[in-house]
This record gives sequence, C-alpha cells and structure tokens, in this order.
Amino acid sequence: MKAFDYVRPRTVAEAIAAAAEPGSAYLAAGTNLLDLMKGGMARPDRVVDITRLPDLDRIERLPDGGFRIGALVRNADLAHDREFASAFPAVAEALLSGASAQLRNAATVGGNLLQRTRCGYFYDPASACNKRNPGAGCDARGGENRLHAVLGWSESCIATHPSDFCVPLVALDATVEIDGRAGRREIALEQLHRLPGNTPELETTLEPGDLIVAIRLSGEAAAFSRHARYLKLRERTSYAFAVVSAAAALDIDGGRIRQARLALGGVAPKPWRARAAEAVLAGSVPDEAVFRRAAEAALADARPSGDNAFKIELAKRIAARTLALAAAGTPEQLPALPASPFSSAPGAHHAA
Amino acid sequence: MSFSISLTVNGERRTVELDDPRATLLDLLRERLHLTGSKKGCDRGQCGACTVLVDGRRINACLALALSHDGADVLTIEGVAAGPDLHPVQAAFIAHDGFQCGFCTPGQIMSAIGLIREGQAGDDPERVREGMSGNLCRCGAYRGITEAVLEAQKRLAEADRRNAA
Repeated sequence: MKAFDYVRPRTVAEAIAAAAEPGSAYLAAGTNLLDLMKGGMARPDRVVDITRLPDLDRIERLPDGGFRIGALVRNADLAHDREFASAFPAVAEALLSGASAQLRNAATVGGNLLQRTRCGYFYDPASACNKRNPGAGCDARGGENRLHAVLGWSESCIATHPSDFCVPLVALDATVEIDGRAGRREIALEQLHRLPGNTPELETTLEPGDLIVAIRLSGEAAAFSRHARYLKLRERTSYAFAVVSAAAALDIDGGRIRQARLALGGVAPKPWRARAAEAVLAGSVPDEAVFRRAAEAALADARPSGDNAFKIELAKRIAARTLALAAAGTPEQLPALPASPFSSAPGAHHAA
Repeated sequence: MSFSISLTVNGERRTVELDDPRATLLDLLRERLHLTGSKKGCDRGQCGACTVLVDGRRINACLALALSHDGADVLTIEGVAAGPDLHPVQAAFIAHDGFQCGFCTPGQIMSAIGLIREGQAGDDPERVREGMSGNLCRCGAYRGITEAVLEAQKRLAEADRRNAA
C-alpha cells in the first residue's frame, strides 16, 4: 500500500476543505477503499477519515412517511431498523443480500453508493484498464467477461456497478444530499453515477471535495411497501456479487397496477432504472404475460459485451420473476436467504 | 509523523504509538499487541479469519484502519474465555467438531459470538449458515460449525433465562 497522510476532520467544512485537495480520498468504514489501496487500484496521498463527523449516522423518519438516512449509517443498522424495513422492504432485502455480516456491520450507506466495480481487470494492476489508467485499453474486452455489462457499456469499459443497495434505491427515486465547496445540493441517485462513454475513469457527477451526507426516500416511495422485492442471482448461495439482480415495486389497486418501479443490478455500469418496463406495467392486470413483456422492454437495448449474451435472457427472467414475487406480496418475514431465488426446502416457494 | 491511539482490548486499556497510518486493526492486534489469535488469511475481507468484535459488533479487522478505531472497545479470541472456562461457543465448537486444521476457528468463533448477539438467526440452521457465510473454512467443517452455533446459542439463551430468574 502506498504511504499516505491521515487526517481526521471534526466538521463537514473541514472535511470538504481537506478532501478538495488533489490526491485526497474520503475514508468511512474502509471496506472497499482499504481493499483497493492494498491492491494498488486506489493510491491516495491523503486519507480523510470522516467517521467522527457529527450527525451523519442517523436514521430519521420524515413527516411525509419517508426516511432520511445519514451517510455513515451502517448497512446492517439500516436493514434491521424495523420502521425503515417495513416502509422499504426491498431496500432492506437488498442490503441483507450483499456482502457478509461482518462487512454489513461496518460498511456505510455513503460508501455503498461510491463503491468501485469488481471487474477483475480493474482489480489487477498488471492488466490494461481505462478506468484505472485512462487510455491504457481494456483487457476485459477480449478476456474473461461473462459477468460484464450488457447495458450502458462502451468500447472503453464494460464493467458493472456492483451495489445491491442502489438497485431498489434507484427504482424508488432516492435523493442524494451532497455537501461541497459550493454548499449543499441534492440530486436524484439516478444522476449520481455516469455511464463510461470515453471517460470510464469518471464514475460519478461528484466534484472534488463533495461529500455525500445523506440519502432520502420519499413517503410516496413507501406506498409500494406491500409489493416490493429484490431478487439476486449469484454464483454461490451467499456472499457473492450479483450475476443479475432486480428490484421491483408495484402499487396495486383494484386488481390493476397503478404504478410500477423496476431497476436492474449487475448488468450495467450504474444501477439501471427500467422506465420502459414501468410504462408497460402501468394500468395492467398483474400476470405472467405482462411481466414478461415488461422484462423484454427492460432489456430491449441490451447487447453482449463479450461472452455474456446469456445475461440478457437471464436478466429478463429475473426481472419477470421479481415482478411476480412483488405482485404476490411482500413477505411478513424476510426469507432465510434474502433475495435468493433458491430455497433450502425443496419445492417450497423461497419466500414461504 | 507518529500517532498515538488508545483502545480497550479484551477489557484492558492499551495505548499504541503508530509511526505509519497504514496499519490495520489486524496488524495492530497481531504485530503490536502480539494477539495472534486473529488470523491474517486473505487480508482483503473475503475469508473472515480476522473477525473480531469492535464495540460489540463483528467486523473484518483486516479492512479496518487502526487509526480510525481510536477509542474502540475490541474483543478478540484471546478475551472470550473466563479463566480456565471456555466460552460456550468455544466449548460447542469442540463438542461438534466445528474445525479440522483450526486456522479459521478464531474468526469463526468471534463471528458466531457476533451472530448470537445480533439475534437475527433464531434456531433456523439456514439463517445461521447465511449469517456465517463471511467465514470460509477450507477444511469444510461447516456442518459442525452450524451445529455448534445452534447449540451455543441455546445454552447462552438458557443461561440468560437463569440469570433473569
């Protein structure tokens, strides 16, 4: 690991000033950053430890029934907050399907949004990677790429965004509160992550020094709580990143879908909102046929970036199945294997 | 530049001078305090052999910057037994053959203690397996580990009931 200076600011203003200097990186739990620093993928000159900043670790219920979640709230604490989980069950399920219990106890909300891709070529400093070293080329293009992106990728980068948490968040129109040199501002989570284009090294719309201080979910988004699920296909039962995942939320009234939300994970360089699918679903009677049509719409622009054409059909099936699970209703208790399409009880519905 | 941090480790206040901010909590425990029970397996948060409790919660000590944990209360495998009496989770791992080579065992036991404190798994083996998935065992002693965690949890709950009565 490259040597660095360590600073621990006491206020947000101090943190922003320190992190605005070139070569700085914010440190929260460090579950991603320290890993990247050990591998040489991140080489900050200065680490700005934000873990002692005041007031960023709160989960607040808002007057409209929504929630404001401080950037330093730990993933496990948010997932196990009863009020939050009952308002946003798909978000809790996504959190609990990610990483391991140890990592969820440490990892923060803000850090989850800003985690880096797990592309093996990005993680290997001996490989060419345009994200790590702009202009170097992309060894993933001709390499082992069956898990890479099928949506939103470019010739310069085919990596996926690995977050589970972000998938239901982007489906539910989460807002990100940012503090920076120019003061407070807020953006839709959907506007936080950028597509790679010719500049895959630019992953977010954040400016130097910008600090995510909180995310918000509105009371309107909590209206989906009775029909909201997250489903995540992994190559092993637990403790793995998604091959493909989906978050679905339905507002069903009188046997018809009033409005729908759908987002996909593991398929694109950012959490992928599927608005075309939502348009197919709005006003329809929830059934397998419309779920499949919605899934087709969600993947209409997909194309393989390598040996990963299978992910397109897989994503359609996971999307349709997540919609069917959401239509069946949010389970009273989270399944033993959160978000898993598999069940240990043969023949049993996984949410039974 | 040198940094001084204080931690409570296994109930004892320890002050450590660090001349390099790169030290992880795992490095500090093993190299500076000579508590080598917590193991450095992958050193990247993937195997769980370094699991310790920090302020009562299980985390991967290899992905925790030591300086960031100034003031923390840390419990390692060296601090769980009460003198000659093994912690109920330790005893259950022996009773159920929850290990073979033993390298992952300190991390498994600390993770199990954390899991039981979290109270999310109940007596469901599937939830215990899911909750222990951050601890790899290359000997494949998972069956014994799951049985040990379930039994230790039962014993600790019984002890809590007796103490409450």
